[in-house]
Amino acid sequence: MTKSELIERVSEAAKLTKGKAELVVGTIFGAMTEAMVRGEGIEIRGFGSFTVRQYKSYEGRNPRTGGSVHVKPKRLPFFKVGKELRARVNLSTAPLVEDDGDDVEVQERKTAAPKPVAAAPAAAKPRPAPKLREEHLSEDEI
Amino acid sequence: MTKADIIERVCEEVGGFSKKEAADVVEVVFELMKNTLAEGEKIKISGFGNFVVRAKNPRPGRNPQTGVQITIDARRVLTFKPSNVLKAALNA
Repeated sequence: MTKSELIERVSEAAKLTKGKAELVVGTIFGAMTEAMVRGEGIEIRGFGSFTVRQYKSYEGRNPRTGGSVHVKPKRLPFFKVGKELRARVNLSTAPLVEDDGDDVEVQERKTAAPKPVAAAPAAAKPRPAPKLREEHLSEDEI
Repeated sequence: MTKADIIERVCEEVGGFSKKEAADVVEVVFELMKNTLAEGEKIKISGFGNFVVRAKNPRPGRNPQTGVQITIDARRVLTFKPSNVLKAALNA
């Protein structure tokens, strides 16, 4: 689902015009972005929380060439999923949708028989060691 | 920042909502997002980031308290990958 699809669904579910739904969704993510820029955390009950983590500078490596790279100090957002959502995501057995959810794909997903989590497709491969990366790339990582 | 702060912002910036209506619509937005992710579908918010459901294989683990070896079951987790726009904004 993309932002515009979210806006569409919000406009249907809340009976708002598309324009107003767009304003609402934009305001929500705008307010969240501003909070994080201020260094402030965000807590949405049932969904999750965002914190801003400060990273020190370090000597990294270019994984392609192996060359040493200086990485400057930086701030990154960190998301921690909420209890309720974590449980729901883990319990769901619907096939993972790797596409952006265009209509055709959504249709297929809804009609497909649910699979047990353990049988989830290639995407479930463990993160490979950097050297072997290319051979093990799963579809969603390409 | 909590949901209440977000509701207030929606009230101020989007005209024509009572506090209650703003609260309801913000609730709708997060409910829709939760339902989508619970179905295993990813969400891409341009300028903010992507919420992606990933499948994890089972792996051996240990109870750090007792040292007893156990198997961590296959599971699904939700990850957030911030967009370059958001990362840039945090480091501007």
